[in-house]
Amino acid sequence: MTNARILKLVLGVASAGLALVAAFAITSLVLIIAGDPVGDVWSTILTVPETRNLANIINNATVLYLSGLAVAVGFRMNLFNIGVDGQYRVAAFTAAVVAGEGWLPGYLNTALAILAAILVGGAWAGIAGVLRATRGVSEVISTIMLNFIATSIVAYLLREVAVREEGSNNIGTKIIPEGSRIPGFAIGDGPGTEIYGFLFIALLVGFLYWFVLNKTRFGFDLRATGQSTTAAVASGVSVKKMTIIAMLVSGGVAGLVGLPILFGDAYTYGSTFQSGLGFAGIAIALLGRNNPIGIALGALLFAFLDEQSNKLQILVGVAPEIVAITQGVIVLTVVISYELVRRYGVRLEQQHVARALARPGSDKPEEVSA
Amino acid sequence: MSIPATATGVATVAPATRRRRLPRWWFAAALVGVLAALSLLQIITGAEDLASSGTISATIIATVPIMLAGLGGLWSERAGVVNIGLEGMMILGTWGAGYFGYHHGAWAGVLGAILMGMVGGLLHAVATVIFGVDHIISGVAINIIALGAVQYLASLTFVDLPGGGQTQSPKIDDVPTITITSIGDHLQTVEQKDIFFISPVAALGRALVTNLSLLTLISLLLLLVTYWLLWRTAFGLRLRSCGESPAAAESLGVHVLRYKFVAVLISGGLAGLAGGFLVMVASSNYRDGQTGGRGYIGLAAMIFGNWRPGGLLAGAGLFGYTDTLGLRQGGDSVHALLLAVAIIALAVAIWQARQGQQRVAVVTGFTALLVGAVYFAIDEVPSDFVTMTPYVVTLLVLAFASQRLRMPAADGQIYRKGSAG
Repeated sequence: MTNARILKLVLGVASAGLALVAAFAITSLVLIIAGDPVGDVWSTILTVPETRNLANIINNATVLYLSGLAVAVGFRMNLFNIGVDGQYRVAAFTAAVVAGEGWLPGYLNTALAILAAILVGGAWAGIAGVLRATRGVSEVISTIMLNFIATSIVAYLLREVAVREEGSNNIGTKIIPEGSRIPGFAIGDGPGTEIYGFLFIALLVGFLYWFVLNKTRFGFDLRATGQSTTAAVASGVSVKKMTIIAMLVSGGVAGLVGLPILFGDAYTYGSTFQSGLGFAGIAIALLGRNNPIGIALGALLFAFLDEQSNKLQILVGVAPEIVAITQGVIVLTVVISYELVRRYGVRLEQQHVARALARPGSDKPEEVSA
Repeated sequence: MSIPATATGVATVAPATRRRRLPRWWFAAALVGVLAALSLLQIITGAEDLASSGTISATIIATVPIMLAGLGGLWSERAGVVNIGLEGMMILGTWGAGYFGYHHGAWAGVLGAILMGMVGGLLHAVATVIFGVDHIISGVAINIIALGAVQYLASLTFVDLPGGGQTQSPKIDDVPTITITSIGDHLQTVEQKDIFFISPVAALGRALVTNLSLLTLISLLLLLVTYWLLWRTAFGLRLRSCGESPAAAESLGVHVLRYKFVAVLISGGLAGLAGGFLVMVASSNYRDGQTGGRGYIGLAAMIFGNWRPGGLLAGAGLFGYTDTLGLRQGGDSVHALLLAVAIIALAVAIWQARQGQQRVAVVTGFTALLVGAVYFAIDEVPSDFVTMTPYVVTLLVLAFASQRLRMPAADGQIYRKGSAG
């Protein structure tokens, strides 16, 4: 059945393409209505990025990739983890404190900090998982509440443990010792062309995501629960247990989101640490259809749009936030076009079957006429 | 309105779990109770600002936008569409108020806010009702789009104006306010005498006759109108039936999709007005990031209030009050509130024990002791914990009262025309 697989792949790519075209068209429409130069905007965004920009794109994509994976774990189980935002901030803060204290030497310290981040992120999401499993509380609402609570708790703890950053009013955790940082590698000459070493960890997480979900009993149970609770229960899966575990895993992955920045660039968790990465993850998981490679492409696209739009203000005098409209619209068009293409695929298949049955030699073609 | 009265029971009483319903006057009783408790607490702990007219005024201003957002959520969820995009619609509303308010005056700003919110509602309605997109996904998308759109629009429209910029609009005219000086002055004298219960009531009265924005009045009116429309008219019954059992509604001839569409549009308008209120009453211009997640809080207030207008107002009031305390050196006030929480929790524990729920009672009792211990251990609650309080309370309410909460039965489900079969 290689033909069917190729068709499925073509349809998948086609639906993503359709969604992108629609999103670009709608953004262009907004630009036209606002009276901004449409052509200049796109020609600025759709240029080949310079090495420095490319490094930024890959770095941001690494972060977004982890965020997308975290959300996708939940999606596979029909859980909506809106709380990646809170989870990664709590986790990154914990990792920064642990790494900054430097209880262990060198990379052992790094490993301990990463482990702490995974555990704390998982625990934070686990609250929502437990509430959902035992009290039937919608994880959407509880994770939103937990996001706000995370903001307050981190702000409070930060002031408790903080040291003032040199030469500014920002406060942050202790700087991570040099031996515990994760070194990057340069893809070009000059400053700003370093890529986070954490990229490899992110790729590993992507591989594990694929392996665990598609090649293990646990992954099968998880997907089965997501697709049909009744079928899962019938095959002996405890839905409550799976709910909690899925949230723990999702939160654990979410715990990694802030770490590329922490270990590769900032070396401290301060009041200016990047926030809002969780919501982009939702969009990216949808765009990538929960597929590890799809999510990677989605993350690259979002990072590409973000980076390339920075130049808009200077070169064309258009606010770079226009790409946020594109990104949001992509979320909608992606879902709609997947649905349209899916229906089209079903129809193709029906026609294919009908033709096969109607061929001379096969009897009772009227069976499929309905 | 020709529907028999018993039919309205569809939404409020599930057949298997018939419960005692709160009496009609519960809201007034609760208000009196809260004022009395705060007054008592003020006397015991000496925390002056717990129920002063300043606190009450600020609470009203903090409550209204949350209430309006929650009202928006109520409209859409009663019709069966989960609206997580309230935040985005509010954000659109802030720009609408800023732009139209600056160019055409205060009332145009109000209309602009509503219209911009409705644009967001339209997007949500088209995506969820027509294209059958998952409600949460659409909501998340709208929040992303709205934030980008408003920042883009702001830099397009406010940059060249005097006092405007990429992140803020110029100052906007205020919506007219009501002040009745004669009554206010008398009430002030009463308030300052620190009499149990009388003074807080006077403070409340004074807050209501001093610089009360017309928009606040309109908003409260909208709450009443919503209650009347949704629970006292045939239109409301049909709309709610779309959220309870769309297939049954359609089989009875209700245009389910049309009702859902209208409900989500109104929802957007109310959320937009919530954003407008932030711009025109809570401050005096559009600013970037002004909503601060209040759309989500409105949603939480609605759930806290069990998808009912009265409960929603109570929830919004709780959020508004703690929000206010957080801003007005609330550490002292919240510290005093801890004592109240401890006593209430203790009372609840005793009640639970007498109801035979021993294990729950032990947990509650332990919580009471813990909170009480914290009260005596510290002198002031850090401000971060003050801001955190309403979210924790909502989470606790969801965790412990979720069995008593009842959302519309078909809330969040995608309905396709003709499903009634």
